[in-house]
Amino acid sequence: MSYSEKTRNLYLSQLADIRSAGIFKEERFIHSSQAADIEVEFPSGSNLKKVINMCSNNYLGLSSHPEVIKAAHEGLEVRGYGMSSVRFICGTQDIHRQLENRVTEFLGTEDTILFPSCMDANAGVFEAILTSEDIMISDRLVHASIIDGMRLCSAQHDTFKHSSMEHLEEKLLLHSDKRLKLVITDGVFSMDGDTAKLDEMVSLCEKYDALLLVDDSHASGFIGKTGRGTHEFCNVMGKIDIITTTFGKALGGASGGCVSGRKEIVAMCRQKARPYLFSNTIAPVIVSGVLKVFDILSASTERRDKLEKNAAFWRAGLTDAGFILKEGNTPIVPVMLFNAKLSQDFSRELYKEGIYAIGFFFPVVPNGQARIRTQISAGHEMHHLELALEKFIKVGKKLGVPGLTKEQIIEKFGT
Amino acid sequence: MYNQYQDHLRSQISEIKEAGLYKEERVIVSPQGAKITLDTGQKVLNFCANNYLGLSSSKKLVEAAREALDTHGYGMSSVRFICGTGDLHKELEQKLADFFGTEDTILYAACFDANGGVFEPLLTSEDAIISDSLNHASIIDGVRLCKAQRYRYENADMEDLETQLQLSQEQRFRLIVTDGVFSMDGNVAPLDRIYELANKYNAMVMVDECHSAGVVGETGRGVTELYNLRGKIEIITGTLGKAFGGAIGGFTTGKKEIIEMLRQRSRPYLFSNAIPPLVAAAGIRMLEMMTETNELQDKLHHNTKYFMDRMLKAGFDIKPTRSAICAVMLYDAKLSQEMAAKLLDEGIYVTGFYYPVVPKGQARIRVQLSAAHETGHLDKAITAFVKVGRKLGVLKEK
Amino acid sequence: MEENNLNEMKELIRNYVIKEYIDDDDVTITYDSPLISSGYVDSFSMVSLLVFLENKFKIKIPPSKATPEAFDSVNNIVALVNQYLNR
Repeated sequence: MSYSEKTRNLYLSQLADIRSAGIFKEERFIHSSQAADIEVEFPSGSNLKKVINMCSNNYLGLSSHPEVIKAAHEGLEVRGYGMSSVRFICGTQDIHRQLENRVTEFLGTEDTILFPSCMDANAGVFEAILTSEDIMISDRLVHASIIDGMRLCSAQHDTFKHSSMEHLEEKLLLHSDKRLKLVITDGVFSMDGDTAKLDEMVSLCEKYDALLLVDDSHASGFIGKTGRGTHEFCNVMGKIDIITTTFGKALGGASGGCVSGRKEIVAMCRQKARPYLFSNTIAPVIVSGVLKVFDILSASTERRDKLEKNAAFWRAGLTDAGFILKEGNTPIVPVMLFNAKLSQDFSRELYKEGIYAIGFFFPVVPNGQARIRTQISAGHEMHHLELALEKFIKVGKKLGVPGLTKEQIIEKFGT
Repeated sequence: MYNQYQDHLRSQISEIKEAGLYKEERVIVSPQGAKITLDTGQKVLNFCANNYLGLSSSKKLVEAAREALDTHGYGMSSVRFICGTGDLHKELEQKLADFFGTEDTILYAACFDANGGVFEPLLTSEDAIISDSLNHASIIDGVRLCKAQRYRYENADMEDLETQLQLSQEQRFRLIVTDGVFSMDGNVAPLDRIYELANKYNAMVMVDECHSAGVVGETGRGVTELYNLRGKIEIITGTLGKAFGGAIGGFTTGKKEIIEMLRQRSRPYLFSNAIPPLVAAAGIRMLEMMTETNELQDKLHHNTKYFMDRMLKAGFDIKPTRSAICAVMLYDAKLSQEMAAKLLDEGIYVTGFYYPVVPKGQARIRVQLSAAHETGHLDKAITAFVKVGRKLGVLKEK
Repeated sequence: MEENNLNEMKELIRNYVIKEYIDDDDVTITYDSPLISSGYVDSFSMVSLLVFLENKFKIKIPPSKATPEAFDSVNNIVALVNQYLNR
């Protein structure tokens, strides 16, 4: 037996370190559908507790929408359960092509290729289209999956300071000798909820002859007047070379992602992107659900409008109550607490009050920038938000947070 | 900028086409099964799906998925550790551990992600990964993302593995990594001998059971069952996307501390959605079915033996194996494509593989058997193979 | 190399690192501060530091030598630069 005591002890001691650093991730078991009201078993073995969910990516409230569920039922009946194959052997149904066309139309791009997840889309796209002669220049706060994709690609990489257009311009100049330059950013940044300056980035890319890739996972379906994403919000529809996004958040929340953009880039991904070539595509039942999501979004902007109103109400309520928020106009509303332990205490107290929101701290966010990240949904009704606000204020007062400045919080709770 | 790049891509794409390596996708308009309908209207028998147990359109799995849609909704819209863990996920993880005789299980969006995320959290530059040369692409990508020292041994070559184990003795920990069944040849990894060597040279073992779970071993528990090594292998990865229903989802199952560490540190687990509840529910039902009866496993084993015996008798050059993958060797790339096309005309859907997917001069048609196939389907395929084989001169005229 | 030049070089590199990578005024970077292993400089951003050094000191550092360890502090970087300056 080679899994010796030595090996076991090494992992046990690493796990103990993670626990004592207070960053051990505990999972809470949800027994209901994903929605504003959920039933949670936490800690493991305890009775179910009804709470309001303030931390899911279910931005449009479509994760358990009756029409989406009905479409999935029909999909199962007509299309069966699985494909048991990769796309190019015998895993492509006509509805996969339909969904690809639907996404293309929605995002205003030229073509789209589906991936099992946006993690896989990001992991596969760079290696498929760039070589060591090229350079990737990414915002310093892009998502982990983009970082893994860049690690798998032989092109050189460099970064620019978060959303700093001056710094990006410096980098474009610095690397002007490379064959291809690909600028990479998230559309909406998941931890801060701020929006990339895509209009300025498009201009810079045009000026310095660079391509632009945007991960719009936290924007597709609700950012912009008709919910097309950050490129709509910034008035640069049709000018982004590559958009990657997910169906696992606002667009139904089940699974799947895609790369959408220039025709030849998509064609190249179909030939070369490893997660596409070596993994099953999205299951037919999921495809049926996502197709219905696009029907719903194309018929009316009601849901994203409601989301916008909800988010504005929530932001205003927390600000008035004296909490410090990260600036932004997305449904991601980070309540800044700066101190890691405070963020955990706050989250725990909220849970006792029936509000489910998670505290984030280093290394997920920079040191000294701990926060509760709240995420608003069109699935929230006013009564959810009012109750959640009341409880945030109650817990805040109990811990003595509202009304304090950043300096005062740090003085009181430490860094 | 894009114009210039567009030209560059166009020329690359035409190069791929000229080399005959362009991948076209056939569009299927029916559920996956033994008999499928293409968008041309043609109805064909499918011999190239990983639908080994015929569960891809199983009524029972569809029913389980439908129930979960009603009780648990459509999506989780979250990663596991925020608000994406359902009771069904925990139940499936436990049931998979019971099935494989392991201590705990962690679910992923796909086995591609399980393999992509298993190495980096467990091993550092002080350690060694000793990997079979024919391991799946996802294992290769996982190894690329890990800092451990890399050693490679020739496919299933135990002498070479021993040499690599000797070379890696300086490292702190050693992990031998192998596919259970190699997808292109269908050969089963000699896990008994790998295990002996692992003990002799103090190494851990990881097996990817993607093409063996549900298939190999009397009750379909995979290569650890075949070699009586149940519970003795440190890490098993596998998929719900092949024999186990074929939708999506993958997993790593094994030692408790290893799984716990992956839950804390494995990037595809931390940064990607939990599998939808309906997939977890179908997975649970699938494992219940496989535990209640051995019917599907028995039928698959029967079908595989039936097909291979008759193909050998007909004179085809086949690699003997205990998996459900039957590689019909043709050696010539062009011939493999011609044969596949002619078989499709006969209503038999198979795929021809050639370099670089298989080594140069090793072109073949890969036939994948399924418990969904009836004897009539197998007979029809064998008849078509013989007919086309004679026409193309692969078999001698009678 | 003379003491003066050496100190000048250290200061030059330290200033570049602060300007390029450190946004937080509260962070102090000494010649020994770990840069990459501390997370101040992510390994992806090293390329601009590399280009800066090559242009500033008119040297060529082979990619194989531009390791995270070699770039992990101002002192390490100075040692690396000196290897190629003295050729």
